[in-house]
Amino acid sequence: MVEEIGTTEEGDLIINVGPQHPATHGVLHLVITLNGETIKKVEPHLGYIHRSIEKMCESLTYRQFIYVTSRMDYLSAHINNHACALCVEKGLDVEIPRRAQVIRVLMDELTRIASHELWWGAMAMDLGAFTPFFHAFRERETINDIMEETCGARLTMNYMVPGGLMADLHPNFQKRVKEFITLYKLKINEYAELVTGNIIFQNRMKGVGYLSAEDAISYGCSGPTARGSGVSCDIRKLYPYEVYDKLEFDEVLETEGDSFARYMVRIGEMNQSIKIIEQLIDNIPDGDFQAKTKVVLKLPKGEFYSRVETARGELGVYIVSEGGTTPYRIKFRSPGFSNLSALDHMARGSKLGDLVAMMGTLDLVIPDIDR
Amino acid sequence: MWSFSKIADLVHQSLNHTFSPTLATIIEMVIVGVCVIGLFAVLGLVLVIMERKVSAWIQIRLGPNRVGPKGMFQSLADTVKLLVKEGMTPSGADKFLFNLAPYIALIVAMLLMAPLAFAKDFQMWDLNIGVLYVSAISSVSVISILMAGWSSNNKYSLMGAMRSGAQIVSYELSAGFSVLSVVVLAGSLNLNTIIQSQADGWWIFKGHIPVMISFVIFIIAVTAETNRAPFDLAEAESELTAGFHTEYSGMKFALFFLAEYVNVFIVCAIGATLFLGGWMPFHIGHWDGFNHVMDYIPSSIWFFGKTFFLIFLIMWFRWTFPRLRIDQLLNLEWKYLLPISLFNILLVTAMAILGWYF
Amino acid sequence: MFIVKYIKEVFNAVKSLFVGLRRTGYYFTHHKEIITQQYPDNRDTLNLPERFKGEVVMPHNENNEHRCTGCTACELACPNGTIKVITKFDIGTDGKKKKAIDKLVYHLELCTMCNLCIIACPSDAIVMAQTFEHSVFDRAELTKILNNPGSKIMEGVE
Repeated sequence: MVEEIGTTEEGDLIINVGPQHPATHGVLHLVITLNGETIKKVEPHLGYIHRSIEKMCESLTYRQFIYVTSRMDYLSAHINNHACALCVEKGLDVEIPRRAQVIRVLMDELTRIASHELWWGAMAMDLGAFTPFFHAFRERETINDIMEETCGARLTMNYMVPGGLMADLHPNFQKRVKEFITLYKLKINEYAELVTGNIIFQNRMKGVGYLSAEDAISYGCSGPTARGSGVSCDIRKLYPYEVYDKLEFDEVLETEGDSFARYMVRIGEMNQSIKIIEQLIDNIPDGDFQAKTKVVLKLPKGEFYSRVETARGELGVYIVSEGGTTPYRIKFRSPGFSNLSALDHMARGSKLGDLVAMMGTLDLVIPDIDR
Repeated sequence: MWSFSKIADLVHQSLNHTFSPTLATIIEMVIVGVCVIGLFAVLGLVLVIMERKVSAWIQIRLGPNRVGPKGMFQSLADTVKLLVKEGMTPSGADKFLFNLAPYIALIVAMLLMAPLAFAKDFQMWDLNIGVLYVSAISSVSVISILMAGWSSNNKYSLMGAMRSGAQIVSYELSAGFSVLSVVVLAGSLNLNTIIQSQADGWWIFKGHIPVMISFVIFIIAVTAETNRAPFDLAEAESELTAGFHTEYSGMKFALFFLAEYVNVFIVCAIGATLFLGGWMPFHIGHWDGFNHVMDYIPSSIWFFGKTFFLIFLIMWFRWTFPRLRIDQLLNLEWKYLLPISLFNILLVTAMAILGWYF
Repeated sequence: MFIVKYIKEVFNAVKSLFVGLRRTGYYFTHHKEIITQQYPDNRDTLNLPERFKGEVVMPHNENNEHRCTGCTACELACPNGTIKVITKFDIGTDGKKKKAIDKLVYHLELCTMCNLCIIACPSDAIVMAQTFEHSVFDRAELTKILNNPGSKIMEGVE
């Protein structure tokens, strides 16, 4: 066991960061080989929160298994549910009403902002600034309240079901989203004042955790991690689903590839999400929120794959169906796992304090990695 | 009108009246010791609740508000909790050093109290090398941290201790230089003489730009020396869980905790003494009327007011800034603060010789 | 110019720190921005949205009647086996044997509040309640029987 060994043969120190450690935001276990303060190797040990979600899904029907996926990447629960619903709809070959599509996109983008806000606070906390965490939660709570009103839950909503949505929008939804947009525009400057512009923060972020575009591709990174290295990989742009192809928004790209680039990508994405919400909030078409589907869903024999852009990157859902009411095999391609694999490459040669900053910018959600 | 010095004189006289001088001195020492311990406890309680309230208000929270009016007795409840908690010693630890370290931290903080002038003519030990004494003793505090880190038999503790060692030893330099600038201007190492020299204005105003620079450097350096954020690398929570006191619990942890806050108080008191005139009221040159009005405010209030203002400043920093990295921390000291303070001390010396101060 | 650039750099760095200090200073002095909710104290004024998914309950009317027909649609829809419908046969007013629920057992400790049973129910017999303080000292208390003792099915619900 690694725990028994204090040093390597070369005299380097081995320390276990996690599974209980303030910086790992969960139960990630990193075995770090250190030469003084300099990192020589980072070895992630996974499996502490493995709940075998993929296997569980195989015994649940196509309506039932979606709720489990909220528990993977719990910060973008809506988007996980969305990906699964999309995949099942692909198999069923149903076209969902336009109202449902627009609401799904709205919810996705709200979730993305909520997720990025939590990330922003948590990352500042990793760097030793505690105050931003609370300020970020103020805005995030507003989104959670909106979600609670429409979906009935704050974190694991289970709002998107095959064929559309579980319920129609709450009458207050539009008003409260507009209130949120006003609040967001008021408060986003504070983010820059408190963290982005801060000289200590910039020195901590700039030039550390460099990941070149080639490495980002070869490690399979996606989402803001890859876009920070200049790899265009936004599924919303490349393989548009729902109504994304009719919306005006930019894919935020930074080319520096360091921690600060990844940070700026996420800040930019929040602004783009607001832009998307502004385009849609007054243009929610009337109509049904659900397509007509059978009570018992049966997918035809075959393989189905859908991909969406979560707050962390590309989430793929792969279903193999034997024609029954439950999937024969289901596989999730989670963004966190691939992003984590690049950590060792990024961290080598930098200081222990930077590792925390890098983990912060990767925005790891451990249940998403382990599933 | 009563004052601290009158009470002290009264006690001194009555003791000398009843007992022989030797016995009177011994009793006085005991009284002083009890007073210092009492001050420690009060300071710990006050500063902890202050920190919690400051952080809460900055973080748009309410802070503790359950125990006592507005939560003012929260730290008392915390103390009781820490007192009854089990003090664990890890199995592989060096037990002697492990148990000794928190006491050293506390004793260093206690020793530093000696030359402080809390009010007019109210001082434990009017030492003629007060400034030197303070800078000498404050360097000892690193030993307790190194001791704690080494004896814990924990890699996080060790790394925290090593960081702290590098940090305190480096920042000692610029703190020393910035203190020296006032010593040069006042022409004395005696804290009382330094305070007296500010009777016509505090050094931060009299010494204008160079002293202001040393004041800023002093604040930065003592923040680093007391291991407070943004320089809290020794206990960097998100990196080293709790740094040098990872393995400490119960009362031994509380002693470290107390020592940290008392150290903050002491460095702020020294900053207030050197740059802001200690107990000296706010005087402007020869405006005698104004100076008289200022004299009506008791000297102890001036001293504690200034000290707590500096403490608030340090707390404000802590809850605003992210932490520095270890190499950036040392860069800041050796590449920026030290050259600047070296140049600054030259400037101050020239100023003192040429009399270019008010 | 090297020195001008250097001074500008230092100035901007210090300025960025002061911008942050001003922001935190603003919040320190403006206590009306505080967002803390003093939870157990504000229980009476706590407003939960009507869609909030707290726990599954079965509403009864004043005659102690519910709408559940015992069709087990909720039991089938539940992904966790949270709901167990135990049926019995009642003799109806017309003398025919009629299927009815004896007990509707609900395991709150297994429930994930996914709302699938509520959607599945054809007769709207069960709804989500807006309660959230579910902690108990004995786990057995979390296993609930949703229909009241002696309750009957409402007239006209098939």
